Amino acid sequence: MKGRRDPLISSRASRAALVLAAIAYLVLVLILPLLSVFGNALAKGVGVFMDSLKDPDARAAIHLTLTVAAIAVPLNTITGIAGAWAITKFDFPGKGFLVTLVDLPFSVSPVVTGLVYILLFGAQGLLGPILAEHNIKIVFAIPGIVLATMFVTFPFVARELIPLMTEQGRSDEEAAMSLGANGWQTFFRVTLPNIRWGLLYGVLLCNARAMGEFGAVSVVSGHIRGETNTMPLHIEILYNEYNYVAAFAVASLLAMLALVTLVLKTVLEWLSGHEPVGRGH
Amino acid sequence: MRLIRWHRRSSIPGFGLGMGILLTALSLIVLIPLAALVIKAAGLGWSGFWEAATGARAMAAYRLSFGTAAIAALINVPFGLLVAWVLVRIDFPGRRLVDAVVDLPFALPTAVAGISLTALYASNGLIGSILEPLGIKIAYTAAGVTLALVFIGLPFIVRTVEPVLAEVGRDVEEAAASLGAGRITTFRKVILPAISPALATGFALAFARGVGEYGSVIFIAGNMPYHTEIAPLLIVVQLEQFDYGAATAIACVVLAVSFLALLAINLVQSWAHRRMVAR
Repeated sequence: MKGRRDPLISSRASRAALVLAAIAYLVLVLILPLLSVFGNALAKGVGVFMDSLKDPDARAAIHLTLTVAAIAVPLNTITGIAGAWAITKFDFPGKGFLVTLVDLPFSVSPVVTGLVYILLFGAQGLLGPILAEHNIKIVFAIPGIVLATMFVTFPFVARELIPLMTEQGRSDEEAAMSLGANGWQTFFRVTLPNIRWGLLYGVLLCNARAMGEFGAVSVVSGHIRGETNTMPLHIEILYNEYNYVAAFAVASLLAMLALVTLVLKTVLEWLSGHEPVGRGH
Repeated sequence: MRLIRWHRRSSIPGFGLGMGILLTALSLIVLIPLAALVIKAAGLGWSGFWEAATGARAMAAYRLSFGTAAIAALINVPFGLLVAWVLVRIDFPGRRLVDAVVDLPFALPTAVAGISLTALYASNGLIGSILEPLGIKIAYTAAGVTLALVFIGLPFIVRTVEPVLAEVGRDVEEAAASLGAGRITTFRKVILPAISPALATGFALAFARGVGEYGSVIFIAGNMPYHTEIAPLLIVVQLEQFDYGAATAIACVVLAVSFLALLAINLVQSWAHRRMVAR
């Protein structure tokens, strides 16, 4: 960025003081908690740390978290692309309202997300009797965890793509169509290359949230060790059993995921050539 | 041939497919489940709903949740502005790193943040052990809840203020300075009015998030009924006791407060927009 001259704060010393104050706040509020995760995980040495991750229940939790993300993230990515296409490439009444509905999950407490699935699919829920009749289990089982995760991460991809695709307009697609490309060719050869970095960023945030979601998943999970515990839920159990090193060992894997996410985000911003790719949640 | 088209005629195909996928997923994942909440709440009847939503334990939980969310967002307003200011207006080595760090709360799972903050601020923790002899207790008090919400809320303020701060014209500031306005006057009369809608928006976003926040809070909150029990936790407690009615009523109050905060943002933004246009 050019010309970062600040008419208000002209002296070098006061600029340095401001920067240091900001960094001090970030260290206190954000960096210390992050470092503390790794510090606590390694408090009893690398051996104990590794053993905590080899525990069968920890393995099962890691496996479940990866499975849930592998289902929820691609489904939400397809929905996000399809939705952003319909919203940005066409004019129709009610567009603003539809965008508000897509954003809705951002303003719902994770616990409330879990609650609504219990009210719908639980034994006493609206669809409970029908599900019981057919012997289908959704809440307190893996389908409920996937659904709750999809609810929480629903807006991420669309939220990234809608502003980006609005800015890019429709002329590229219209040109491709007039040159004889069909709809899919236009999408894969024109639109997708245009949106690739923004899309990747949306998927990245969606994935980070999907793997880390706690509140919504906690309500619908049923907390069966080795079966319906995701990594965040397994961390809670270990922590409440005063097994701090094991809890922080599993937590450090999720903290690594967060760091990788932030590094990739910075790289994507650099690749896409302009400052922030998007404003995540 | 269809007689009515929802969208205006276009040479680009795929409206039906895209909209079909979006509406199907939106209905199945978001709208139908949320409708279950409305149906359940309606089934309680007005008096039943009111009783469940305004019990003494629920009221104490709202006071804690809404109060700490507001205080945490207020703390983040000046510090968020400071961080945004430094990122937008000062060139310093490591600016990109600082910029990336701001998004940490979006990327770090809430449960991880929760246990880590608790470990730091418990009486035997790195910071807690310094504060304890001074008579300051953070973990397992309302201060702990506030601290967790400060962690969660910071990026909302920084990311909302940054773009607006970048657009405040430096020529206007220089003009103000050349006309003899001091630095504080320039800040107060030129910059603050321009960024205050963004500050209000950031505050409301952080508040709305804080009201419903669960994972980062429950470890550091003491979870004592009437004292350190946040509203989302009370929903979970009622669910575990199979009191779905009470859980639903409290959930509706929490949702309504979040929605009101977000509605307020829209009003503030449209007001700010009108004011800008009127100028």
